[in-house]
Amino acid sequence: MNPILHVNEKDNMVTCLRPVAKGESVEVEGRTITAAADIPVFHKMAIAEIKAGGLCYKYGEVIGDATEDIHVGDHVHVHNIESTRGRGDKQH
Amino acid sequence: MKIKAFRRENGRYGIRNHLLVMPTSVCAADTAARIAAQVPGAVSIPNQHGCCQISSDLLLTQKTIVGFGRNANVGAVLVVGLGCDGIQAEAAAAEVAETGKPVEHVVIQETGGTLKTISRGVELAASMARKLSTQVREECDISELIMGLECGGSDPTSGLASNPTIGYASTKLVDNGGSSILSETTEVIGAEHLLAARFADPLQREKFLRLVKAVEDRAISMGEDLRSGQPTPGNKAGGLSTIEEKSLGCMYKAGTSPFTGALDYAEEVPDAHGLYFMDTPGQDIDSITGMVAGGAQLVIFSTGRGTPTGCPIAPVIKITGNPETFEKMPDNIDINAGRIISEGATVAEIGEELFEMMIEVCNGSMPKAESLGHKEFGIYKLTGTF
Repeated sequence: MNPILHVNEKDNMVTCLRPVAKGESVEVEGRTITAAADIPVFHKMAIAEIKAGGLCYKYGEVIGDATEDIHVGDHVHVHNIESTRGRGDKQH
Repeated sequence: MKIKAFRRENGRYGIRNHLLVMPTSVCAADTAARIAAQVPGAVSIPNQHGCCQISSDLLLTQKTIVGFGRNANVGAVLVVGLGCDGIQAEAAAAEVAETGKPVEHVVIQETGGTLKTISRGVELAASMARKLSTQVREECDISELIMGLECGGSDPTSGLASNPTIGYASTKLVDNGGSSILSETTEVIGAEHLLAARFADPLQREKFLRLVKAVEDRAISMGEDLRSGQPTPGNKAGGLSTIEEKSLGCMYKAGTSPFTGALDYAEEVPDAHGLYFMDTPGQDIDSITGMVAGGAQLVIFSTGRGTPTGCPIAPVIKITGNPETFEKMPDNIDINAGRIISEGATVAEIGEELFEMMIEVCNGSMPKAESLGHKEFGIYKLTGTF
C-alpha cells in the first residue's frame, strides 16, 4: 500500500497513512522524499519548501501559515504551522 | 424508497416510539428521571438548565426541550416542572401539544413534593406507555427522514474516508427527497467560502455566513482564541493541526447537494426537504441535541479517534475512517470506512453499506450506541447562569 496520500495537486504536504521513520524514503508522484523526522500515522509531511509566513495547503485549500521555514520531508504540525482564523490574540 | 415508521398526528413519521419524560429545568430533572425509570419504554433527559438563565439562553433551553418533545421519534410526552422555574411546564406542554401528540404535565410544587409527583407522574406515564405499545409501524417514503450529520473525536481519516462516506449517503438521501443537517459552526470556519457557494437562496447564504462570523467574533470579543479549543488535544494527537484543516475535512459530511437553508440552534427543519446547515457548537453532544431538537430522527456520526456518544431519542450510527479505531473500539463503531484507507475500498462501496444500515435502523434495528443505552444530552449555552 502506498503510505502517502496527496489529496490535491495544489497541496504542499501529504498525509502519511502509516508511521514513517526519520531517514525513510517514500515515493510521491515520481519523486523520492526522505523524511526528516519520525512522522506518526496520519500526520503530515512537507513535499515543498515553505518559507516562514508562507501558506500551507491541504485539500487544495489553505489550512494555515508556516511559523518557521519548512523543508521538504519535514513533519508538518502544530509546532511549525498555525491557524489564521479565530485569532483572539491577534486582535489586541 | 420505503421505510417503516410510526405515523404521528401531524402527518410526520418517527423511526422510534419513545415516551419522553421531559424536565423543564435542572430542579425537575431527578424527579423526571425517577418517573422514567419506573415506566418501561419511557426515557428522560438530564436537563441541566431552565432556571436563572437570561433571555437568549432561557429561550434556547425552552426551544431545545420543546423540540425534543415535538420530535417525531416521540409518541407521547410527560412534562415535569418544579413550579418556580424559568420554563413553565404548562407552556412547554402546550407547545408540544401543537403536534397533536398526547401530552401531560405535572408540577412538583403543586403536586405535593417529590414522592407525590413521582406517583402521579408514573400513573400518567404508564397510561400513555400502554397506548403507545399498541401502535405499529406503517410503510412510508424515505423522504420523511431528517438525518443529522455529526463528527467527533476527529482525526485526518475523518476528512479522508468517513466524512466523504457520510457525504455519499447524505446526497443519496437528499436525492430521494429526504433531509440532512450539517452542523458545528466552529468546524465550518476556514471552509465557509466553499459551503456558501452551494446556497441557492442569497438570503439563506447571508444568514449562513452571518452565523459563522458571529461564532468567530464571539470568541474574539471574549479575548479568546479559538485555537485554544480547536482542534482538541485528541484531534492534534491524531494529526490535525489547525481549525481550517479540521473544518475542510468536516464539511465532506454534507456531500454534494445544494443547501436549502440555514437554521438557528434547535430551529425546526422546515417542510421544504433538502440539505440544511444548523448553527451548533463543535461539541458533539450539544450539536446532536440541537439537530434532534430541530427534528432529526437519525444521526450519522463519524469518528476517527472513537467515541461512545448516543442520544436519548434518536439512534446514532457510528462510522470510523481509522482501521485501528475500528479494531480498538468494536463495542462502539458500526461501520468501518477504514477499509478505504487499508484495503482500497471506494467511498461509494462503504457509502452504500452505510445507506443500507440507515434503512435497517429506520425500520427498528439498533445501532451500537443505542443498544448500549447511550443517552448523552446537552444544551448549547451562550452565556453563564445568573
